[in-house]
This record gives sequence, structure tokens and C-alpha cells, in this order.
Amino acid sequence: MVTLTTDVLVIGGGATGAGVAWDAALRGLEVVLVDRSDLAEGTSGRFHGLVHSGGRYAVKDPPAAEECVVENRVLRRIAADNIEDTGGFFVTTPWDDAGYADRFADACRATGIDCEEISPAQALREEPRLNPRVSRVFRVPDANIDVWKTVWSLARGARERGAHVMPYHAAVAVHRDGDEVTGARVRDMRTGEETDVRARVTVNAAGAWAGQIAELAGIEGVRILPGRGIMIAMNHRLVNTVINRCQMPTDGDILVPIRTVSVIGTTDEHTDDPDDHTVLQSEVDAMLDDGEKLVPGFRQARALRVWTGVRPLFEDAKAAETLTRDITRSHALLDHAQRDGVGGFLTITGGKLTTFRLMAEHTVDAACAQLGEPRACTTASEPLPGSETQRSYRLGERLERKEAHLREEQLICECEMVTRGALEEAIRRSRTANLDDIRRLLRLGMGPCQGGFCMYRAAGILHGLDGLGAEEANTALLEFLQERWKGIWPILYGDQLRQVRLDDWIFQGVLDVAHLSA
Amino acid sequence: MSTEAGSGLRDDELPGLLRGSLDHCVKCTICETACPVSNVTPLFPGPKYCGPQAERYRVADEPSVEWSVDYCSGCGICTQVCPQGVKIAEINAQARNKIKREHGVALRDRIITRPTVLGRLGTPVAPVANLSLRLRPARILAEKLLGVHREAPAPRFAGRRFSRWAKRHTSPRTGRKVVYFHGCGTEYYEPWEGEKVVALLEHNGFEVEVPKQDCCGLPLQSSGLFDDARRTVLRLARALAPFVRDDDTIIVGNATSCTLMLKREAREILGLADDPALKRVSERTWDICELLLDLHDRGELRTDFRPVNETIAYHAPCQQQGHFIGKPALDLLALIPGLEVREMTARCCGVAGTYGLKAEKYEIAMKAGDALFTQIRASGAPSVACDSETCRWQITHATGRPSVHPIDYLHRAYGL
Repeated sequence: MVTLTTDVLVIGGGATGAGVAWDAALRGLEVVLVDRSDLAEGTSGRFHGLVHSGGRYAVKDPPAAEECVVENRVLRRIAADNIEDTGGFFVTTPWDDAGYADRFADACRATGIDCEEISPAQALREEPRLNPRVSRVFRVPDANIDVWKTVWSLARGARERGAHVMPYHAAVAVHRDGDEVTGARVRDMRTGEETDVRARVTVNAAGAWAGQIAELAGIEGVRILPGRGIMIAMNHRLVNTVINRCQMPTDGDILVPIRTVSVIGTTDEHTDDPDDHTVLQSEVDAMLDDGEKLVPGFRQARALRVWTGVRPLFEDAKAAETLTRDITRSHALLDHAQRDGVGGFLTITGGKLTTFRLMAEHTVDAACAQLGEPRACTTASEPLPGSETQRSYRLGERLERKEAHLREEQLICECEMVTRGALEEAIRRSRTANLDDIRRLLRLGMGPCQGGFCMYRAAGILHGLDGLGAEEANTALLEFLQERWKGIWPILYGDQLRQVRLDDWIFQGVLDVAHLSA
Repeated sequence: MSTEAGSGLRDDELPGLLRGSLDHCVKCTICETACPVSNVTPLFPGPKYCGPQAERYRVADEPSVEWSVDYCSGCGICTQVCPQGVKIAEINAQARNKIKREHGVALRDRIITRPTVLGRLGTPVAPVANLSLRLRPARILAEKLLGVHREAPAPRFAGRRFSRWAKRHTSPRTGRKVVYFHGCGTEYYEPWEGEKVVALLEHNGFEVEVPKQDCCGLPLQSSGLFDDARRTVLRLARALAPFVRDDDTIIVGNATSCTLMLKREAREILGLADDPALKRVSERTWDICELLLDLHDRGELRTDFRPVNETIAYHAPCQQQGHFIGKPALDLLALIPGLEVREMTARCCGVAGTYGLKAEKYEIAMKAGDALFTQIRASGAPSVACDSETCRWQITHATGRPSVHPIDYLHRAYGL
């Protein structure tokens, strides 16, 4: 078995874990980052993409709102290339408590949220599809973030500073040496090979799965209550500004324009299993009803896909005094030396994507304290790879790039404008034969036809390029189709149903994929 | 951005209906197989690409990042063939308008899109104007200075205006009134077509009223000058609307692209669906062949046709197909004894109004029309019938064969 020695082992490659790896690497620490599957494949990659202004928490949770205010500004600086400055509205619809708006405005003032009331007429000029019956509208600095791109940037930055980033490596055992955690044994989920990682500090950044990792370390009572939420991506941008309902946070009250789609979310259902991806018809129905309140005609618009994300809601079974002192109301950093008398082990969970950098900062501060080597955090000022120019992302970028090479470049994924060159480069660089991983890298197959036209092309290119056997290429294709299907069947109505029939004729009727040898 | 009288709309606030239709696209590519332009040039990446695909990347307040959509000729075939109801051509027209708003409009496009101005200038000096349009050095100069291709088909000014004739002409008072929208082509270039339309209608018992009228704004719209197009079409609607007395009033036109503008395109592409005058005019507008065939279906069309022993090729222009009325001219021409009509199946002559006149697009337009020209040559027909004047000029330019509106044959067969 190969053994790696490092300062910090991070278990969990979501935004938080990748953020910890980036932060620690910037501070000059040796880092190994592992995830049981691909990076950002769990909760991080399954949210609506909103960078909060803080407005959502202004009334209910002012400290969380204040964190968002600060982190929103920081992210725009350090991750500009991944962030689109859409701005956001909080709107009072006829279904909302009219009295909330004033409380909201006061709370924004108190928490430092840059909030300006505008007339509904002005809001409708900017967002013509918005419900014309909104009575009050507040403009806030919401934005959207491409979380996959962000996590790749974090991982790339960490790698450039010497970190080992190991996707598809699951922690199968956490090493204990008496009262010290000394690393973990990880298994390559693709080959079964195991690696021993010896670490001075192990960070459990497994989010909704953090309880499972803590148990491997022999630590009881790290109870994560996974909260399951569904999100539906609509085929195009129904709005170009984030639309929030101006009311106490509840289900289906946010519509986020992100990349080529708009995402409505979300629900909050307790589940015992963080791998629970159930989508109930009743939830889809309720979500579409909520969409209708924000944008009349929502139900006639085309839904592309539905998915589930699982929030890691932390509930400590031990008493409150065991929490580290710098914990905020929104996330939980557990120093197990203090909490359980087990050194070299930290758990970071809870929180929200907007504050991932802050969570990472707190975590690495605690790690440095354990190592007895105080090192200053620089993530609030160091731009991520790709964001050095500080130019924010614009939706038209792919179209603009394609226009510049109209005649030279073949389009593989027409909906998301992925060129053959980009696909081949991604395959070579990521050395993966998994089309779903490539999807997250390039947005391949994420548009209206959901892979109907690009997947057979991509499978062929994969086969030709990688020297991948026909059977493996077939498997890649079938797995992708299966994965896509999961997100489509609960929203099979209207235009997407027609698309699925056409896709089905292509794959079943023309290509007979059911009988591929794979 | 100016706000147009009555519309209350700005270009960047066009209603979401057209954009929303992109939801119906299943990527089947039927539009791209039918597109006459993308099939002959790599400069236009095709209706699916520029339409429902690229539209997902367009944000109202972000600058336009593309130029290729300007190579769309606006023929509208993509919208016609789409089995899912995506308003492809209309989405493209709006994207083109955005480019023009941001990058400005070439002087050429400001000139050739104003047939009224050209007509008024050219008519009194027709012999000189016509001569200069045929003088090679003048055309080369026009190409260099303005970007109007030296070979592009240029119509001849008739030297007289249809409306002058109409003013002197008295239609017999039958009480069965019809409002005639003749368009600019008839007014300045082919006034005899208008005289024939009036004669045909009168022969069938109509009392023809010819309101004072102007351009429909289509050339402006198809070159992306939406503000000017709105002003122009609304002025026309205001001129025609007072003549719409009741729901039985009929406005009839022989310029098929201009009647389509009134019927549908101005309301959809320019976002003028709610203008009351335009709505009134739009709902009462008929294409001349559509009207005559409707009369025939009701047994009201006179069929005292004399034989015309000729063979002709018939081409239904894209804009005529945009009416979604089939090809009524074929049924009408079939009523004429002795006339043998060969239906051309190629879809487009390429010119698309003013597209084929532009220096950078002339060759594309000629290639786009090549299938049609080949069919016409192979048909053995010495002359061509076609409902749109710009298409006729293009066809004659490319094939050397004379071309006329289908009603010319009806007119002859009636012996009028």
C-alpha cells in the first residue's frame, strides 16, 4: 500500500473541503484532499447557485446575514470569473405578509446589507416576466456562482501549491493512535487500490456525511440532520435577476438565473439518509405553484430537470459548551480535542455555500492552532486561479467565444455550446472516462435536450481519444443516460416530454442502446 | 431609446412570447436542413444555432456578442417548417435588431430600406435614374460608396405613380367595397400591377377604395431598424384603419411580403400586438390570391376566362408561404384554360427583400436561389409567375426570364 505523509488531510471535496485545501496550501501546509466521488458531487454541486446578499437571513438570523454581506463582497473579488453579478430583488407578492417588507428593510439596514427599495414599475421594466402584482421590491446585491468551476479553481490552486487532490477516494478507516487521529486509509473507488494517508491534522469536511466520518474516528454524537431540498432548472432565463420572496424563508421562494437556466428552489424535508435523492410529485407540484407566484406562466415554461440536494444541518448531541468559541450560528466547527479529547481531528459542517471561504478560514485557523504553527489566512485577498483579472462572468461568454471560431470549431453539445476542442481537452486533462464528470466540467449535456444529441457524439470521441474499449465507452454512455433520466422523469410534462420522446427514439430506436454490449 | 406612439414598448422590452417559444425546440434540426442561407454559406451558422440555441445566452442588458445572425436573410422558412412552433426567424430578427442598436446602421441600410423616399426621388427623374442604375461605373461607385452590389437586381422606376392613376380612376359604385393596399412596389415600379388588381376586383363586382398610403416598414424591420419600422407600420395602420368600417371590411394587397407584415410580422417581431389600429388592420388584411380563391370557393368568382396557351413556372415566395394559406395562386391559375403551370418546389430565390442587394450578401443570395433558378431553367417555361416583386426581380436577374404576379394571367384571361 502506498503511504502519503502530509500536514493536513481533508476528507470531503465539496466547496468547504476544497476551500480548506486551498486555504491550507496558501498557508504553506502540505495537503491531501480526498472525496468518495468527484469533487463537488455532493451538496455543493446540488444547490441553486445563489450567492446570498444576506437578505434571506436579515430578519431571522442577523449574524448569518452579516457573514453573507462580508463573504459576498469577498467572493466577488476572489472568484470573479465564477460569479455573475445578476443582482437580486426581494418582492412582496400577494401571498406574502405585507408587514414583513418594513421589517426586512430595517433588518437590512441593521446588518449592513446594501438594500434599495425600487418601484414595482421599475422592477417590471427590468424583469418583464415578474408577477405584475408585486407590491414592494427591494434591490440587493445577490449574485450567482458556478460552484463546479469554483471548486475546480480551488482544487487547481491547491494543486499548484503542492496539494494532492484525490477524487474517487473514499475514507474507509480513520487512524487513531490513542487520543490522536493520525490520518486515514482511503480506497480508490474505481480500482479498489488503497492508500494510507498519514496526517498531522485530519479535517472532516464531509458535510452531510460528516457523522459517518466521525464514527470512523470513533467519535459519537456528531449528528447531522440531513435536510433534503429539491430544485428545478427551467430551460432558459425566465429572469436575469435573482428573485426572492420578501417573507420569512420558506419553500420555493427563490428563483436564481444561473448560466443558461433559471433554478427554482427549494424544499426542506428531513431525511435520515444523506444519499436520499427522492423527489416527490407533490414537491414538484408545490415548487411549480411557487414559481407561478413569482413568474406567471411558470407552469407553461419548460422544466429541464429536477434534483435533490441535502443540507447538512448540525445538531450536536453533546452540550453547547463543547462548541468551539469562534463558531457562528450558521456553521459548526468541532475541535474534537476540546469536545472529545481526541486530537488532530476537526469537523466542519453546516453553513452555506456563500460562506464556504469563512468556514475554511476558521477550520484552518483551528488546524494551525493544533499544529502549534500560527499562519495567517490570505484567502480573502488571493484570487482563485482564473479570477486574476477580477472580471465577472457574463452569460454571453460561450456564445462570444464560439462566434470567434464559428467555422473552425465543431459543436458537440449544441445546447451548452461545448466544442469538440473543449471536450477533448477536458477528457485529456481530467483523465476520466466518466461522462457525468465531464458534464460538470463543461456543462456537457445540461441543456434542453439533456444529452440527447451530444452524448452519442461524446461517447464516440471518448472511445477514439482515450483508446477506451468499445464496451467501456458504451458503459460510459449508458451510465450517463441513466443519470440524466433520474432528473427528468419527475418533470415529464409539456415540452420536456416531447424532447424525451425524441431522445428516446434516437437512443432506443436508432442506436438500440438497450442491446449495447457494455 | 425612443418610445413609439401607441406601442409603449422599447426594443429591449420586447415581450417574452417569442423568446418563450424557444422552450418548444427539441433540437431536431429540421429548420437547419431547410434554411436556404446556412446551406450555402458558413457565415450563417443556421437558424437553430442563432435562434433557440443562442437566445439562451442573450441577456437584455448585456452587449451583443455576435455578428453571424446578421447573415440571416429573414426569409422565415425556419419558422414555417418548425414542427414545434418555435418562432425562430422572429427571435433572429430581434437579435439582429440588438446588434444594429448597439453598433449602428450602415448608411446603405438606411437608404435601401426606404422605398418611399427612393420612389419619390426617382420617379420624376425616372429616365435618368434608370439609366444610372444600369451604368456600370455608377453601379461600381454605388458598391464602393454604399455597399450595394454592382450586379444586384435594381428595378426600374416607372416614371409615374399608381396613386396618381387611382386618384383619377373612379370605381363603379357597387356598394361592395374593398380597400386596396398596393404597397411601394406597385406605387413606384409596377403601377400597371395595381391597375390590374383594380380591374380584377371591379370585374368581380367590388368597389375599390385606394387610401393614401405609405410603406409598411418591412425593409426597415428586416435590416434591423425596428424603431423606424414601428413608426412606419403604425403610420400605415393609422392610414388604413379608418377604412375598416366593420368586421366585413376587406383590405387586399398584391405585395405578399407587405401584407404579411400587416397580418403578422409587425405584431410579432416588432412587438406591436396591442396596437388597436394595427390589430384592426391586421385582422382584415388579405392577400389578393387568398381573397380571389376564397371568392371562388364560395362560388362568387367570375370564371369567364379565355384560354391562355402558355407554359409558366410558378414560385411561391417565402413571405407568401408565411401567410400559412397554402398556394392559392396555383388553384386560381388552374382555372385558366390552356395555361400550363409548373410548380417550383425550391423554397427561396435568396433575395429576401433587400438582403440580396447588399454587397456582402449578394453572392450568398444568388447561391441560396440557385436551386430555384436551376428548376426554372429546367422547367422549359419561358416566363415565371411569383407573388412578390423583389423575388420576381431576382428571378429575372438570375434566369433572364420575365416574371409577373399571378394576377397578370387572370387579368389577361378575363380579357380586361
